[in-house]
Amino acid sequence: MTTNLMLLAFERPAIDWHAVAPEIVLLSVGVLITLLDILFLEKARPYMAALSGLGILATAIPLLTLGIDGTERVLFDGAYVVDDFSLVLKAIFLLAGYVVILLSTNYIVDGDYWESEYYGLLLASLMGMIMMASSRDLISVFVALELLSIPAYLMVAWRKRDPKSNEAGLKYYLMGVFASAVMLYGMSLLFGVSGTTVLSGIADSIDAGNGSSSVMTLGIVFVIAGFAFKVSAVPFHTWAPDVYEGAPTPVTAFLSVASKAAGFVALLALIFVGFYELSNIWEPLIWILSALSMTVGNLVALRQTNVVRLMAYSGIAQTGFMIAPLAVAGKSLATGDQALSAIITYLAIYAAMNLGAFAVIITFARRTGSAEIDSFAGAFHFAPGLTVAMTIFLFSLAGIPPLGGWFAKFEVFRVLATSGETWGYLLAVIAAINSVIALFYYATIARKMWADDPSESDLNTIEITPSLISALAICVLVTLLFGIFPQLVARFTEVSLLAFGV
Amino acid sequence: MDNLLDSWGLTVATFSPLVGALVMFLIPKEKEYEHKIIALITSLWVAFVGLMLLIWFDLDATEKLQYVVDKSWIDAIHSRYVVGLDGISLPLLLLTVLIVPLCIVYSWNHFPDPKNPKTFLILILVLETGMIGTFVAQDMVLFFVFFEVVLLPMFFMIAVWGGPNRKYASLKFFLYTLFGSALMLVSFLSLFFLTGAESFVFSEIADNVVANAVSRTAQLWIFGGMFLGFGIKVPMFPFHTWLPDAHTEAPTVGSVILAAVLLKLGTYGFVRIAIPLLPDAAVEWAPWIGLLAVIGIIYGAFCCLAQTDMKRLIAFSSVAHMGFVMLGISTLTDFGINAAIMGMVAHGLITGMLFFLAGSMKERYHTLEINRLGGLLVQAPKMGWVLGFCAMASLGLPGLAGFWGEFPAILSAYNPANGLPVETFRTFMVVAALGTVLAAGYLLWLLQRSAFGTPKEEFADDPNIHDATRTEWIAWAPLLALILAIGIYPNLVFRATDAAVDASLTPCLTIDADELTHEEIESAHCSDVYGLGDHGSDHHAVSKG
Repeated sequence: MTTNLMLLAFERPAIDWHAVAPEIVLLSVGVLITLLDILFLEKARPYMAALSGLGILATAIPLLTLGIDGTERVLFDGAYVVDDFSLVLKAIFLLAGYVVILLSTNYIVDGDYWESEYYGLLLASLMGMIMMASSRDLISVFVALELLSIPAYLMVAWRKRDPKSNEAGLKYYLMGVFASAVMLYGMSLLFGVSGTTVLSGIADSIDAGNGSSSVMTLGIVFVIAGFAFKVSAVPFHTWAPDVYEGAPTPVTAFLSVASKAAGFVALLALIFVGFYELSNIWEPLIWILSALSMTVGNLVALRQTNVVRLMAYSGIAQTGFMIAPLAVAGKSLATGDQALSAIITYLAIYAAMNLGAFAVIITFARRTGSAEIDSFAGAFHFAPGLTVAMTIFLFSLAGIPPLGGWFAKFEVFRVLATSGETWGYLLAVIAAINSVIALFYYATIARKMWADDPSESDLNTIEITPSLISALAICVLVTLLFGIFPQLVARFTEVSLLAFGV
Repeated sequence: MDNLLDSWGLTVATFSPLVGALVMFLIPKEKEYEHKIIALITSLWVAFVGLMLLIWFDLDATEKLQYVVDKSWIDAIHSRYVVGLDGISLPLLLLTVLIVPLCIVYSWNHFPDPKNPKTFLILILVLETGMIGTFVAQDMVLFFVFFEVVLLPMFFMIAVWGGPNRKYASLKFFLYTLFGSALMLVSFLSLFFLTGAESFVFSEIADNVVANAVSRTAQLWIFGGMFLGFGIKVPMFPFHTWLPDAHTEAPTVGSVILAAVLLKLGTYGFVRIAIPLLPDAAVEWAPWIGLLAVIGIIYGAFCCLAQTDMKRLIAFSSVAHMGFVMLGISTLTDFGINAAIMGMVAHGLITGMLFFLAGSMKERYHTLEINRLGGLLVQAPKMGWVLGFCAMASLGLPGLAGFWGEFPAILSAYNPANGLPVETFRTFMVVAALGTVLAAGYLLWLLQRSAFGTPKEEFADDPNIHDATRTEWIAWAPLLALILAIGIYPNLVFRATDAAVDASLTPCLTIDADELTHEEIESAHCSDVYGLGDHGSDHHAVSKG
């Protein structure tokens, strides 16, 4: 009896401290910020933004050493993995987080909102994201998801004096919790059939013949639907426009890039490591989600007059593009790897161009106080530099060479058109038509900025704060460089999950 | 020199304008004079590089790619930075490097509203990079990128500096072209996949199409995608509707570049990519292309007759002229495609010139309403004569460049390539010939209404209306001289193109079928081509017997 108890007693699993170093650094900075806030109250406020920015840069250091080291590290019986895939995504998250902090700096000060708490929550959410990149277990996926979502619910409602922001926060929270519940139910079904929560274990169980079980199918459908909420794919997209509009714009930028990317990461890990063999279930599902998201997102975006809502719908359409490669990923291992690289490439480029677009929107909103598209009219006359930057981001989003977005779209087309499947070709054609529809609204904004007369009489030049300039510079640079030398991004995104999973 | 040119010539020609644009970007926009000088020097430098490329070009081996550079670019997708120049690209490259400095000179003192020479000139230079790049790219992805690079500057040129309806026209232009090129990209990618090629380089893909026997259906679909991409750019009937709007609204220089070079990107795509890479599918599509081409000729001509705006008339004449070019291409013969390239160059020179004239007249009369014009020969005799000269060239008067584009294209339809329905093409020939009569009709009528007679009352004593200025002459003289020179000695162009065109076609299309044995046909992978038309199947039977 005693020996049995001894065996059951908790034994700390071996931890590879190097592998979790980024998480630990980020966590320490988050805790530090909270502590400083408690200790120094108001006096600490002005330094919070800079401190959290530095914290993110510090987190990048162990990430670099891990990248240079290059070995794949498996922790906790395969529940937590540090490999090239996760490192690349962590890097994307950190960069996006850094830019969001740059975007937030003046916004939060000017609005007289709580600062220390804001940055603490932002870092916590970021923490969830970089954990998500390594999670290979239903439970760690779920924990990471909640860790990144709950701070985001709060941040959405940060403009607490504005009913719109409160509505957005509540809506996002209810929808998010609902999605989590659906997903959790799906996960419980998966666990019930396979008897394990580790994704590779689920894959083994599918190999062993449990794949044909209808409970398994139901589980997969629920889990994918749950993440479809997170990445705002049609028909699970309805929260996005309201939340994007109501949230503080830097938070919107954060949601539209980082939070969406995190949803994708989980989806990729689940599909490639867990359910890869059951492609007959998830491929058609993804195909429909992708075609619907592209088409509905783009068509509704055409009717928008508010630029943030427009970006929300364009983001939904971009989601459709991003998941498109998954619709043929089950064809062969080679196609699967290509699809994975295509999606990560897209995420990386999308992060740069979308954050850039939001940076410009935030800057304009500082002048005009509105995000109506009409307030952009004639921007070329009073803010030529910003106009050029916005033009770059918009046409990059539309996928016009030589701006970064073309390579992202190209990679998607490449996977679809080289899969050799009729469905793939069909989706490629739908995507081609959609890229034209998307161009319509992107080009309309650009045209308004260049060709229209300014609507207001005063032609004061816009004051751009240094942190916004840095954010813009980073985004423009990345967007252009990735467009002209796509190999820069492609060499990092050539990663594989299948070699590990299968 | 030779070595430097070999390894750097094309790259320098392609990216110099971009460097110039970058320098201008850093100079504040108030320094207008500096901007003009930098833009002019850049474009002249590019023209000089183009001239050097011509001088050192081996005209005895125009079928060979010269100045080839092959460097890694995007390894992840097997796309390489491969550029090269052969006899097909050479005339178009030279046309581009000639037109751009002339445009900059022309706009020297009269930038269209809202002025801002800095941005305007930067856009022209970016445009030049895109155009040159498209003509020298030898890799599908690279070609696609350059093909798209021209869209943005042209979009802004029309949207910002254009006429009253510029917003509609610019977006229409952009959307049409992007639609085509998106499907074109899908075609490129599926072709790459189906051939199993190691890279996107044209020659490699072409080899693999033959070696891996890409299925006929797939080839037809892929050609269809490319057809949309290139056909919209040309533009072919019924995808032409963006062109009159874009031309009418674009500023003068924009129209000139659009007519002189941008439309050629489409036809060049057919000659460089679609036909050499997918000869079998080309044979099946050719009659339809020919049909749309002659519809374009006749339809364009009738539209011209109905126009009341001079610029719009010239725009529709472009539809008709590009119809001749496409007819030449659709015959898939050496003769026809040579004529087509000649047609592209001639159309570039002549229509570019006509748009210059239209711009200058608009500046003087502030209208291009043909009914209000008249008596140009009285008020500005030299300009009137230039207009007459260009109208003659455009309607295909022998001795001027236009003739060598139109006449051989019509003639080539008499004897299309093996496997094409001869009767159909001969019908096309007759219809196209009727088109030249209509062309003479609308151009002479235009000349009569705008240049002959006495000036209308409202403009009779207008001091604004003066003869051509010095900057105008500098911009026009080279074009006029070339129109005449090519008209008298068409070999200037044919010398470069002939061997290259011949090499780009599969032997099956050009070799006289009666001279081949069955084995030779088999060994040249021609059986598909010969198995198609009546002509071919007859022969098949004969050679088997």
